[in-house]
Amino acid sequence: MNNGYIGRILRINLKNGTIRKEPLNDANASQYVGARGLGTKYFCDECDPACDPLGPGNNLVIMTGPLTGTAAPSSGRYNAVAKSPLTGTIGAANSGGHFGPELKFAGYDGIIFEDISEKPVYLYINDDEVELRDASHLWGRDVFDTTEALYEECGSNFRVACISAAGENGVLFAGIMNDKHRAAGRGGMGAVMGSKKLKAIAVKGTGSVKVARPEAFFNEIVEARDSLRAHPVTGAGLSAYGTMILVNIVNGVGGLPVNNGSEGSLFPNADEISGETLTARHLIRNKGCFGCPIGCGRLTEIKAGAFKSKGEGPEYEAGWSFGADCGIDDLGAVCNANFLCNQYGIDPITMGATVACAMELYKIGAITEEDVGFPLHFGDAAAMVRATEMTCKGEGFGKIMGLGSYRMAEKYGHPELSMSVKKQEMPAYDGRAIQGIGLEYATSNRGGCHVRGYMISPEVLGIPQAMDPLTTENKPAMLKVFQDLTALCDASGICLFTTFGIGLKEIAGMYREAVGSDESDEEILLKGERIWNLEKRFNIAAGVEKDTLPPRLLRETLPSGPAKGRVNELYTMLAEYYAARGWTKDGIPTDNKLEELGIK
Amino acid sequence: MKQLLIKPEKCIGCRTCELMCSFGHYNQFNPKMANVKVFEYEQAAVAIPVMCLQCEEPSCMKVCPVHAISRDASGAVTINYGKCIGCKMCLNACPLGNISYHPAAGRVFKCDFCGGEPKCARHCPTGAITFTDTDATDERRQAVGDRYRDLIGEEAAK
Repeated sequence: MNNGYIGRILRINLKNGTIRKEPLNDANASQYVGARGLGTKYFCDECDPACDPLGPGNNLVIMTGPLTGTAAPSSGRYNAVAKSPLTGTIGAANSGGHFGPELKFAGYDGIIFEDISEKPVYLYINDDEVELRDASHLWGRDVFDTTEALYEECGSNFRVACISAAGENGVLFAGIMNDKHRAAGRGGMGAVMGSKKLKAIAVKGTGSVKVARPEAFFNEIVEARDSLRAHPVTGAGLSAYGTMILVNIVNGVGGLPVNNGSEGSLFPNADEISGETLTARHLIRNKGCFGCPIGCGRLTEIKAGAFKSKGEGPEYEAGWSFGADCGIDDLGAVCNANFLCNQYGIDPITMGATVACAMELYKIGAITEEDVGFPLHFGDAAAMVRATEMTCKGEGFGKIMGLGSYRMAEKYGHPELSMSVKKQEMPAYDGRAIQGIGLEYATSNRGGCHVRGYMISPEVLGIPQAMDPLTTENKPAMLKVFQDLTALCDASGICLFTTFGIGLKEIAGMYREAVGSDESDEEILLKGERIWNLEKRFNIAAGVEKDTLPPRLLRETLPSGPAKGRVNELYTMLAEYYAARGWTKDGIPTDNKLEELGIK
Repeated sequence: MKQLLIKPEKCIGCRTCELMCSFGHYNQFNPKMANVKVFEYEQAAVAIPVMCLQCEEPSCMKVCPVHAISRDASGAVTINYGKCIGCKMCLNACPLGNISYHPAAGRVFKCDFCGGEPKCARHCPTGAITFTDTDATDERRQAVGDRYRDLIGEEAAK
């Protein structure tokens, strides 16, 4: 087709082994755009919200967007959608690299996996040739090893998305890894894949992605790319230092949680784990995902010592979770733990935060050396790496940590020490020091998460306009816009990081010329709001708990830093947020709202 | 005279060049229809964009039985599709593999400097591909000079 989409998806029933090529649902594509939006629409139409996330009724939907595979900036994204085994919410995780575009070049916008295979399989896609192949010989192997084996078996020019034993064994925060190092990381999409006995997808394609109005589209993408290259964040900061550039910046506003948030959010040794230090000591070179002018990826190496290792990353979130959150300022250990997460395909945010939670449980005596197998003090870098490795490999206490911090802390009688929302760990910004991000954590449709509405942009970076991180004014309305725009951005198939440098005007412009639409910017943004409401409606039907924050953020004041004495003022923001969304005061989308958005 | 110059140490492997090239020539995004290809060497940690070097003595031009290949004003060795019979001898003759064939394109294709303003260079986000005057290598040569300066210059002697 000539509208950004290929116009065809794959439907794989893993139980029967059937493979069907079916036309893309155009009406739904127009309403829900693609990737996160369209994937969620397919999912919600076909799956019971009450389904067991690791059972046969939970479909796994892989979906690209209309901009995926084009030269729109950072257009390498695809989304994995399923009910999350970690949170019970809609799970939608997206990833860059080169896998998503290759799927489109092979001739498919997406893949729907139904049911469970009897034995381990992988999906082989070489243009029109699609097969389920035996994966018994790959079962149990890690991400790097599996990917290499599939390069060998299928050809080195294939793109591979896969899981490791962590996903096979149901680590609830196992992700799907593609191109070895890129992750559809959060919410346990890899555990869903593992429950289906689906080890990997290997894809190669020779086809094209075409757009509706080539000349106008080209003008839009050139303008967007030039804006990104000229912007200080996307053209300089992220390129030079990666996402780790945020460590010193966020610590500067007193928002970098230390020791599971129990010691406030000002980390004295932040610079030791910063992007500047990473670049000076460990950077080999920058890496860019498909079509990306930002190039925030890092190839890094710890050349010597106990943590000698090499890999990609870490991202800021992992730098924090294995660093400040565990009281650790050893960048080698942080990198090593992060590399393990890539190798075993697990989410380093939840992993590091779960180790931090275990360290606090250890500190108060709720768990002992006998439980863990070794002392687990805050600040002990070797213990942190060991705990991570045990979780990756499913050994000993690692089996309990593999359930995430909430289930672990609950088991030992202290669920309040899990720094999670809807059982997913909050990332690297303290909601007490940065009020709006706290509201985002509470209301995110996939549990504790920063990338559904990145309030750090206005509250810390001043993009698109500066907002005082300590106040609550206008945050609910701003968050709603951010969440809707993010849903649109994710659904279009480009990376959220582009939104530091471009906004609705550019994204809507590229979308319009790609699909050949004449809708206004506002009408296009409405698609983002539609996606948000569809996700929310699923969560309510699935019986997900109400929007709130861990008691620590609501009651324990910050002991130091620019936000000293603060808690998160969630309840002064929440009612206004629900009102901005047009929902009931309890946060339920009204029938009127759903009708207005055309959600059936 | 200008040439395409690559600086592999700057390449981040994003393949924007491949996309811009295929779109510039065919109005579609398809790396297989691009005249440039990025090779990623994982272990060595480098990515290298490769395209036609516009030889001084082009084998493709010599071997073409219908004289469809010639050098244009920009210095690029280009294919005249009005004359080309699609025999693919040029593809076989190029010792560097820089002529391709794709069924969808239905013809052989190679880098033609986009008529004088190569899109790969214009849109490379890191400057790994530039379209510059042929004396641009002086920049690298100067790095050699800089090393001598560091060794024996006035400041080094202090």
